Parts: sequence; C-alpha cells; structure tokens
Amino acid sequence: MEYKISNRLKIGAIVLIILGLFGVGYGFVDSHSYTEENITKRLAEEHDAHGDGHAEEAHGASHDEAAPHVEDNHSGEAHSEQAEGHEMSHEEHVLHQIHNRPYSALYVAAFFFFMIALGVLAFYAIQYAAQAGWSPVLFRVMEGITSYVLPGGLIVLAIAFVADKHLFIWMDPDVVAHDALIQGKSGWLNKTGFMIRGLIFLGGWSLYRCFSRKFSIAQDSADDNRNFKKNFRISAAFLVFYIYTESMMSWDWIMSVDPHWFSTLFGWYVFASMFVSGITVIAMVTIYLKSKGLLEFVNDSHIHDLAKFMFGISIFWTYLWFSQFMLIWYSNIPEEVTYFVTRIEDYKLPFFGMVAMNFIFPLLLLMNSDYKRINWFVIMAGIVILCGHYVDIFNMIMPATVGDRWFIGIPEIGSILLFGGIFLFIVFTALGKAPLLAKRNPFMKESEHFHY
Amino acid sequence: MEASKVIHAIYTDDDVLMSAVKKVKAEKHHIEEIYTPFPVHGLDKAMGLAPTRIAITAFMYGCVGLTVAIVMMNFIMIEDWPQDIGGKPSFSYIENMPAFVPIMFELTVFFAAHLMVITFYLRSRMWPFKKAENPDPRTTDDHFLMEIAIHDNEQSLTSLLKETGAVEINIVDKEEDAH
Repeated sequence: MEYKISNRLKIGAIVLIILGLFGVGYGFVDSHSYTEENITKRLAEEHDAHGDGHAEEAHGASHDEAAPHVEDNHSGEAHSEQAEGHEMSHEEHVLHQIHNRPYSALYVAAFFFFMIALGVLAFYAIQYAAQAGWSPVLFRVMEGITSYVLPGGLIVLAIAFVADKHLFIWMDPDVVAHDALIQGKSGWLNKTGFMIRGLIFLGGWSLYRCFSRKFSIAQDSADDNRNFKKNFRISAAFLVFYIYTESMMSWDWIMSVDPHWFSTLFGWYVFASMFVSGITVIAMVTIYLKSKGLLEFVNDSHIHDLAKFMFGISIFWTYLWFSQFMLIWYSNIPEEVTYFVTRIEDYKLPFFGMVAMNFIFPLLLLMNSDYKRINWFVIMAGIVILCGHYVDIFNMIMPATVGDRWFIGIPEIGSILLFGGIFLFIVFTALGKAPLLAKRNPFMKESEHFHY
Repeated sequence: MEASKVIHAIYTDDDVLMSAVKKVKAEKHHIEEIYTPFPVHGLDKAMGLAPTRIAITAFMYGCVGLTVAIVMMNFIMIEDWPQDIGGKPSFSYIENMPAFVPIMFELTVFFAAHLMVITFYLRSRMWPFKKAENPDPRTTDDHFLMEIAIHDNEQSLTSLLKETGAVEINIVDKEEDAH
C-alpha cells in the first residue's frame, strides 16, 4: 500500500515549475518595460492600433486625426481616481496597474493553491470531529494534500510582503496620508499587524496539521484508540480556531485589496470557495491513485460521496455569492455597490462566467446520481470547478489592482503552472511518506465497507 | 377467484432481513412485498426492483416551479402593478431579476418537494381513508415482514426462511383485492 511519487510526475512537476518561472519572469520584464518615460507614447500606440480599426468602421474620414481622437475618448471616460481626488494623471495610474499585474497574477495563483490545501484541512478536521464512518479510507490522501498548507501559506505571505503596495494600496503611506477611511482602519490595516496575524493564522493551522498527522501515523501501530481520541479533540478545537482565523485571513489577504469596501459574509464566501476546491482535489487525487492500482479499498461509494459534496458545496458557494451580491445590489449604497459595478462593467466575462462554471455546470453535470460514480465525469466536472474557483479568486483581487487592464495571459498562466508544479510536487511527495491506509483507525472497517 | 396462499416471514432486525432477502433471491423465489417500519437502505436493490424514477419527476416538477415563479413574478411585479422599490423601477424582468431569485428558488423547491410526495403516494396507491395494506400492525413498530407467494413449495420455503433467521412464519390465505 505504499506509494512513491513516480519519476514522470516528479519531472512533470519540475517542468511545470520551470515553465511557470519563465512565464512569471516574462510578466515582470514585460510590465517593467513600461516606464514613466515611455508610458504616454506606448499607450498612444496601443490606442492607435486599437482606434484605427474602430475609426475606420465608424467614420473613415477622421482617420488621420487618430491621436486627438484618442485623447477625446479619455476625457470622456469618468475615471474613478479623478473622482476620488487622487492627484495622479491617467498615465501614472495605468502605469501602476501595468506594474501591479505580475504581482497580482502571482498572488492569485499562490492563494488559489494554498486555499485548496486549507480547504482540505478543514474537511479533514470535520471528518475527525464528526467521527465520520465513511471517510477514513481517504485520510491519507487528505493528509497528503494538507502538507501544502505551510509552504503554500508562507509563499502567499512572502508575495504579500514583497508586493507591498502593488497589491495592498493601504501599505502605501502616500495613499494613507490622503485617505481618511484607510486612516481610520490603520489600527488593523498596517503591514506589521498583517504579517503578525498571517504568521499566527499559519502557525495555528500548521500546528494542528502537524499534530493530527503525527497522531494519525501513531494510531497505525497503536493497540488502543488513544491517538484517535486525541485527534478527535484537537480537531474540534482546530475547527473553532479555523472558522475565526479563516474569516480574518479573508479580510486581510483578500478583502483589504479594496480597503474602502467590506462585506460581512466575505469570510464564509471565501470558505465556500476553498472548501469546494479542496473536496474536488481530494476526489481528483483519489481517482488518480486508484487509476495507478492503489487505494483498492476505496470504492464507488466514496467517489459518489465526494461528488455529492462537490455538488452540494457548489450550490452553497452560489448561495453565498448571490446573498452577497443581492443585498449590495438591492441597497445600492455607493461605497458598497462600486465593488460590483467595477466587476460587471470591466469583468463581465469572468464575473458571470464563473457563475456558469461554479454553479450551472456542476449543477447540471453532477445532479444525476449515476454520474457521480463515473470517474472521468467527476474529473471533468472537477476541472471546470477548479477553473471556476481560480476565476473567483481572480475576480476578488484583479479589479482592485489592475482595473480594466486584466487578461489571463502569460503572467497568469505562468503563475498557475509555477504553483501548480510546487503543489503537485509537495503533495505527492508527502503522499509517499506514509502507508495509504490509516489501518488502525477505529472506523476503518466501517469505511471499507461503506456502501451507498 | 380462488384465494392464494402466501407465507409471511417476520424479522426483527434490518441487517438480518437484508441477508435473508439475498438468500431468498439466490434461491430464485419471488418476493411479493416487504413491509418495514422505516426505509431500509439498499433493500430495493437486493429485491431486484427497478430503479426509482421519482428523481426524474422531481426534476420536472422543479422546472415547473421555476417557470411558475418567473411567470408569476413577471405578471405581479412587472406587468400588472409596476412599483418603484428602492430606486429600482419595475420596467424589466431581467433588470429586476436578482430580487426575484429567492422566489424562483423557493417555488422550485416547493413544487419539487410537494409534487414529489404526492406522486410517491399516488404511485404507492395510498390515499386518505384507504384501508391499510400491511398485514401485521407490528410492521409499523419494530418488525419486518417478508411476503412470498406459495406454489406447492410450503415445506421448502418454510425451512429456507427459518434458516435465514425469521422469528415467526405464518401461512396466510390472501384475499384477492384490487391490489
């Protein structure tokens, strides 16, 4: 029942990391080729190329007046930074957005893979705390995935530290000096506090992960259930700690990119996203290991149950997404509704596309009971769900940092490859470190015979 | 028509019942009916019953409910009596759609749930004031009853059922009814 990360997978992961590094590197080089000196010229060129076809279609005669025409367009658009009274030219603003993009791309992908591991950790703790009888055969898979919590979390924090005001505008003292709202929040929103809190969250989560894994391994060779009982107790305690810290983490790491805006159910919303992504990855890793001839004690019914969770939590995510949207849409308070105005105006495709991917698609695909047992069906639905939740995180970060200059291009895909590679490498190495069956778990017999 | 004889085997545990069903099926006897005080998971599969189609009806009822909600809200809020609520004048259904989503959701669930229950009762031939079909009132408490028709094999059936752990075996003349 031992698993060893195969050489092919290892090389594949390393190739992903290298490709990703190239993509990320290209993103930084490309964005920094825009400087204060050339930004005006390059933007004009961009608009020229863009405006050309446009002008020809609309009114061919004014073709040679392309440059002034572009300027006109600009003053016409009501730019938010002018409305808010920042003393910043349009060019400077766009330059910032261009420079923010590779950082944001890196951050979105890093958070996405970290959140998968954290979601699995919560799911794992729930299984222990509820003394679930169906899931112990999957414990080692879950423990493998949660090995990414600590490295993944440190990466996210490190990016936040380095990216600084590129991601978190409240880390820029100039901005804070002119912004009464952020000044009022600076007791919470300051870089030292951010880092300390981040380390406390991560410390708590990885401490639980470390002990739980230790007890789980110790239980394998024990002759009583002491380790299991300890695991039960620390899991219950962890869940209390987790639900508070996860919420605070979502304010710090995500919601604060829009420091003026807040939503009271944001923590739950992010939780639903990480939970469904985590469960999806458990199902995918399980199916992968099964296809290698391992985990023969995992049967159809376990996959069926995981797929039920994917289906159910997708709907839960939609419920929270819609609850957040509807209340803000209905009350229509300017400082709240601006969040969705930006997303619907500049991010129409990813914003509504993610609802299709995260809700309508799993709803229709996984509704039928029989389909939840078909492995390739679960994998296909899982890929769409994961892409959808990447876009979800993308929609949370990007509008605040790059505005309408978003694209899922080389920096974004490079970041996904980079962290995807690290994730695969760490998770599958950890999977090889312990037997795949937690054989002395008191519920193991029930779990092996689990049958729906 | 001549009254047919059936055998009633009574069990007191659902696990024993399940293994009994598997044994009886293995011996190629046809189980007429099983009466249980609560739903026993997997019993339908063990008895070899055709898979239920109630999920399909539930989906269709849900679609009906969704349609009713859309048509109803469109009539009430847009066509019949448009109001300006919170600066959102009701000129267009699609623009006011977020406000109607909770109603669309609730009516989908309402229709699916209620019509599914009604369908289930009708399909099970149950209606108010109907005489109960279960032959032994203990099956509403803590006993399980398996009914098998006898075709000149009383002896072998009885011994088989005894083996499977039945606590009581009765031979009954069953009157033919509309059933």
